[in-house]
Amino acid sequence: MAVENAPVNGAEAGIQIDPMHQFEIQRLVKLELFGVDASFTNASLWMVIAVVLVTALTVWGMSGRALVPGRLQSVAELAYEFVANMVRENVGSAGQRYFPFIFTLFMFVLAANMLGMVPYSFTVTSHIAVTFALAAFVFIAVTVIGFITHGLGFLRFFVPSGVPSVMLVLLVPIEIISYLTRPLSLSVRLFANMMAGHTMLKVFGAFVVGLGILGGWAPLAFMVAFTGLEVLVAFLQAYVFAILTCIYLNDALHMH
Amino acid sequence: MEPEAAKLIGAGLASIALAGAGIGIGHIFGNYLAGALRNPSAAQGQFANLLLGFALAEATGLFGLVMAFIILFVF
Repeated sequence: MAVENAPVNGAEAGIQIDPMHQFEIQRLVKLELFGVDASFTNASLWMVIAVVLVTALTVWGMSGRALVPGRLQSVAELAYEFVANMVRENVGSAGQRYFPFIFTLFMFVLAANMLGMVPYSFTVTSHIAVTFALAAFVFIAVTVIGFITHGLGFLRFFVPSGVPSVMLVLLVPIEIISYLTRPLSLSVRLFANMMAGHTMLKVFGAFVVGLGILGGWAPLAFMVAFTGLEVLVAFLQAYVFAILTCIYLNDALHMH
Repeated sequence: MEPEAAKLIGAGLASIALAGAGIGIGHIFGNYLAGALRNPSAAQGQFANLLLGFALAEATGLFGLVMAFIILFVF
C-alpha cells in the first residue's frame, strides 16, 4: 500500500500512504434478498472463521472430558473459568444464567480481534456496523432484563438515593443521557481501538517499505513492539467489552 | 478556504483530544503504581480494575480520534 509516485512535471517522487484501503468491504459472493444487498463479504467470511474457531476450541477441546486436562482442554477450561469468574464477581449469583451470553460475546470479540492481527486478514470489529450491532444488542438486552426484573420500578435507577429534590431536576436528565450513551461508548471504544491500531500498523509498515533496506530497520523494530501492543489491546478490548456488559447487567439486576 | 484544507485542519484539531487520553492513562497507572508500592500484596487484586480504568480513559481520547477520522473521510 506504499506506492512510489513517478516524478510528474518535475515534482519530487513521494510515497503515498493509504492506510484506509484495508477496511474496504469486498463482496465475495453477490447475493440480493428482497432488494437488500445480502452479499457474503470478506467481513462475513472472517466472522464465520471466528465462530468456527471458537466452536472448534470449545467442542473439540472438551470432547475428551479428561479429569486431568490435556493442552486443548486446558485452554478451553481457562477461557471458561476466566469468564465465569468475571461474571460471578461482577454480577453475582443472579447473573449465572447470563453466563452463556457473556461467554459468547467475549469469545467472539476476542477471536475477531485476534484474527485481525493475522497478516492479510480483515478485522471485523474495525467496522462501527459490527461493534454497534453488538453494543446495541447488549444495551437492549440489559434494559429489557432490567424492566422484566423490576417492572416499571427500574426507572428508579435514574433517581439516585439521598439527593435533595432541587438537584433532582438537573440530575435525572444527566443520568438518563449518560445511560443512553452506553451503547455508543461501548461500540465506539472497540471500533476506535481496532481502527486506530490497524491504521497505525499500516502507516508504520509503509515507513518500513519507504525507507528501504538502509533506513527501514528503525520503523521495523517499532512495528515489532507495536504489533505486540496491538495483540495486548485486542485481548484487553475484548475483556473490557465483556466486563462492561457484566457491570451494566449488574446495574439492571441489582439497581445500585 | 478549500474544503480539503479545512478537513485537514479539522482533523488535526480533533486529534488534540488524545492529550486528555494520555494524561488520564498516566494518572491511572501512576496511582496504581503508588498504591502497589505501598501495599504490594493488595496490588494483584486491583489489576482487573486497572485494566478497566485504562480502557475507559483511553476510550474518551479515541472518541476524539474517531471525530478526526469522520472529518477527514466522511465529509
